[in-house]
Amino acid sequence: MARNKRAIPEINAGSMADIAFLLLIFYLVTTTMDTDKGINRKLPPWDEDLEQDIPPIKERNIFTVLVNSNDQLLVEDEYLEISQLREKAMEFVDNNGDGSCTYCKGYKVSSSSDNPDKAVISLQNDRGTSYGMYVKVQNELVAAYEDLRDKYAEEEYGKSYRGMDADEDKDVIKEIKGAYPQKISEAEPLNIGG
Amino acid sequence: MAVIKKKKDKELPAVNTSALPDIVFMLLFFFMVATVMREVDLKVSVNKPQATEIQKLERKSLVTYIYAGSPRVKYQDKFGRAPRIQLNDAFASIDDLQAFVIQEREKKSEEDRPMMTMSIKADKSVKMGLISDIKLQLRKAQALKINYSSLQPKDVEALYSSEN
Repeated sequence: MARNKRAIPEINAGSMADIAFLLLIFYLVTTTMDTDKGINRKLPPWDEDLEQDIPPIKERNIFTVLVNSNDQLLVEDEYLEISQLREKAMEFVDNNGDGSCTYCKGYKVSSSSDNPDKAVISLQNDRGTSYGMYVKVQNELVAAYEDLRDKYAEEEYGKSYRGMDADEDKDVIKEIKGAYPQKISEAEPLNIGG
Repeated sequence: MAVIKKKKDKELPAVNTSALPDIVFMLLFFFMVATVMREVDLKVSVNKPQATEIQKLERKSLVTYIYAGSPRVKYQDKFGRAPRIQLNDAFASIDDLQAFVIQEREKKSEEDRPMMTMSIKADKSVKMGLISDIKLQLRKAQALKINYSSLQPKDVEALYSSEN
């Protein structure tokens, strides 16, 4: 054995580090670390003759948000700043006009929505609206629902909805989503102030 | 001879660098795993909008990207400054979008097809007319899961200022 060992010279591994460094630098340079994040949305399916049979929705259950080509907001026939939109939307969804929602904290205003299940947020923008503004509005509307779900989760389960694990709390998340279903409808954009 | 021997003993021993390749390899593997190769050469400038309610796109293989924005400076004398759509490595018109979606869907395996997500990476100054056209084409092509690519703002308060 001893003789055999002596016969094979040791491989010089001194330059291994250099080779590894070379590869490392290659990867450092060619790759980007950007993680893709964004607002997830679902589009309605395209059907040309679907337009006729939309079930009628009561006026009080619709929360209209209009954005014009100057990026100004008109919410329920009222001029609003973007910073007020979230609160207004939450008030609307949480209103509980018909009293059927036991967990809602709303003011039960007769001109606002019946319950979270019936409440629909209708968003319409102009073709001249900037994409940045559109994303901001979408963000606020999604945030309104998320905040409501957060509150609900805090009360029912004692933890925040946003912090829940998608796999672990699968059923809980489903239950909370059912309590405040996200109903944001988007109308075809207008073309007025191009 | 005795004097020389003494001198040698006093010398500092060389630092053992035999573990250096291991450390470097560890770093190398980290970068290999954690990073994604840049797939396309961006021809439009995209300054993403900011949003707080953002979710991570989980599986990269299911995501198809649509870029929209004004062409970069070096393409401006050829294509002008009006916002355009970029699919893969080339500028495209709105009519190419449906074919593109169908072609991308074909590439994915049968069970992954319903989960395909279209990520819209658009500049925040792009007008909604273009985005609406994209959305309409996506609906027609039955690609209904979309994601508006945005960045997490560093300062949430700045989101509400009228500046951006």
